Amino acid sequence: MNSIVSGPPEAEFFLPGTLGAEARDWLALLKPRVVSLVVFTGAAGLFIAPGHIHPFVAFIAILCIAVAAGAAGAINMWYDRDIDALMRRTSRRPIVTGRIEPADALGFGIVLSAVSVVLMWLATNAVAAAVLALSIAFYVFIYTMWLKRSTPQNIVIGGAAGAFPPIIGWAAVTGNIGVMPLVLFAIVFLWTPPHFWALSLYACKDYARAGVPMLPVTHGAAHTRRQIVLYTVLLSAATLLPVALRLTGPVYAVSAILLDAGFLVFAWRVLRDLQDVGGVSLTNDRPARQAFRYSLAYLAVLFLAVMIDHLVN
Amino acid sequence: MPPMPPAEAREFVRRRRGRNIALLLALVALCLIFYGLSMVKLAAAH
Repeated sequence: MNSIVSGPPEAEFFLPGTLGAEARDWLALLKPRVVSLVVFTGAAGLFIAPGHIHPFVAFIAILCIAVAAGAAGAINMWYDRDIDALMRRTSRRPIVTGRIEPADALGFGIVLSAVSVVLMWLATNAVAAAVLALSIAFYVFIYTMWLKRSTPQNIVIGGAAGAFPPIIGWAAVTGNIGVMPLVLFAIVFLWTPPHFWALSLYACKDYARAGVPMLPVTHGAAHTRRQIVLYTVLLSAATLLPVALRLTGPVYAVSAILLDAGFLVFAWRVLRDLQDVGGVSLTNDRPARQAFRYSLAYLAVLFLAVMIDHLVN
Repeated sequence: MPPMPPAEAREFVRRRRGRNIALLLALVALCLIFYGLSMVKLAAAH
């Protein structure tokens, strides 16, 4: 999910070639691509919050969000090393290939988690630190250790883990949790299912091999396609909430409407993809791959619109 | 514990040195962060 939750792992290894091989492995453990999206949503929450925060403190708060997300990713890789080895798209991860010892990865994750929470507390306030700790715990214990292997609703409920950063950013400035960050939480929460189900449609065999009960594995591709459309509609409604509540201005409203229209078109294409009787794609899941890529851009642009709108108004 | 082959021993030493340097840099970065935060909070208090 990302979100704090795991993203497209094939991208995790495209790291700068100037870093040493071992340093690259440790960095890959932090799921940098997932972290980048988490940082962006967290920064948006911080940017639009009312009140003043010193730029250095803001930088430290965002750093803490990034480190915490990476740490949770490292613990996730430690726990999931058995199923990662069975899935093609995760089989090159550093623990699976033996480049990093599992215990080292776990220790790395725990130390970074603790450092990020304590540093957030010292730099900002207890509310931001508490929500940060909650997001790590939710991702590690609720999503990774419990939901992921037990229910096809894993990424629906687990999506909450990746939705915390806007709340954390907001709380870092204000010391409390307002309506706007809760709306942003809802947006990321509802964005996660169509995003990951698009991925799981074309990675279905991987998940089936590893025994992960993703929706296409348990309920079939046709059902998953309908759920993607349903959640995209719900997501579109949620993105219009800030407009209805007069929390944002015209820049955000126009951006959200255009982005939603695009996402609905991509979701519709996933539903109408050329498929066999079981709903399995006959086009190598081209629409699902496009929808997945669009969903990444969608969230980034939507949060950018939130920030620009705040700046303009 | 049996002695390591020379190549493996060299690799072990290289990795240990790399991790020690990384840890040192992380600790220095933490010190700088704490110093910076202290300065910001002191400035805000005045």
